[in-house]
Amino acid sequence: MSENPFSLWVYLSQSPLLWLTVTLLVYAVADAVSLRTHRNPLANPVLHSMWIIGAFLILTGTSYTTYFGGAQFVHFLLGPATVALAVPLYENRKMVAAALPPMLVALAVGSVTAIVSVVLLAEAAGLPRAVVLSLSPKSVTAGVAMGISESLHADPSLTAVAVVLTGIMGAIVVTPLMNRMGITDFRARGFAVGLAAHGIGTARAFQVDAVAGVFAGIAMSLNALVTALLVPLVVTLLPH
Amino acid sequence: MIASLSLILLCQLAGEVIVRGLALPLPGPVLGLGLLLGLLLARDRFAALARGPLQGEGVENASRGLLAHLSLLFVPAGVGVVQMLDLIAAHGVVIVAVLAVSVVITLLVTVTTFLLASRLMPRGRRLP
Repeated sequence: MSENPFSLWVYLSQSPLLWLTVTLLVYAVADAVSLRTHRNPLANPVLHSMWIIGAFLILTGTSYTTYFGGAQFVHFLLGPATVALAVPLYENRKMVAAALPPMLVALAVGSVTAIVSVVLLAEAAGLPRAVVLSLSPKSVTAGVAMGISESLHADPSLTAVAVVLTGIMGAIVVTPLMNRMGITDFRARGFAVGLAAHGIGTARAFQVDAVAGVFAGIAMSLNALVTALLVPLVVTLLPH
Repeated sequence: MIASLSLILLCQLAGEVIVRGLALPLPGPVLGLGLLLGLLLARDRFAALARGPLQGEGVENASRGLLAHLSLLFVPAGVGVVQMLDLIAAHGVVIVAVLAVSVVITLLVTVTTFLLASRLMPRGRRLP
């Protein structure tokens, strides 16, 4: 009698259906809670989905590989979503063109800061070299960062986690930080969070202000480009 | 809808093919973004291009749909944290602290640079 529900679980836990459903369902609930708390930064839906699903996997003894069999359909959309950023960019092209010079300067300075700060801090904290390399592209969107990590022979799965953690922390801290500094230029605020915290920061920026969202999206895509070029360069400067 | 999604995927595919083919050091989807932007701008200039997904907000609506829940797309990668519980036990606190300090520094440096640059460059100031 007890064999039946168990064999059903064995069947379902191996199928993509269950894990895709769990991913969407947990996120839908986390997002509803975030909306209910008027988008309180601490109610970040990615943060809460991550630990709830993670705990569920550990409790049920499910491997990440099995989980990813279902969740890959969501993960895959990171690429098309990057392409889709062309649309907000196109719709706000006049405003973007007018702000091009400050954007390019902030991009160059911010991108270097994002990489150098994490590499120096991680080295100073005495983290193993493999971990330092895996953390270095953490400010760019997951797909791109994992590619960079692979080309450095680092650990792409650690990079993916570092990317998501960076995104969550950036999204949580940006609004209180900018408010406290009295920065009211939403172009600058959005650009900073898109550069530092990629898609999760961009999603946060769209919640706060449409203009901030557009500039975050631009910063995110430009930074993906610049970081892919810069990280291999910075890494060769590390002492062996 | 299907045509619009196909166009987005086609831009990404073309981006990947060009990046791999020419061994460019940039991500395929970023080049795909550039291609889609180029198509949208070209459509405004050449009426012949305004058909299928490039007319009546087709590709625009599909893109907005994808971007509406951008943060959902990061959940599967984030759950990957369950694979590295040993690493977390050994270095977890340090890694989180390093990432937190780095993201705050990056935010402050970027926003300050943007504001300084737009003050120094007259073109950036004309905006509301």
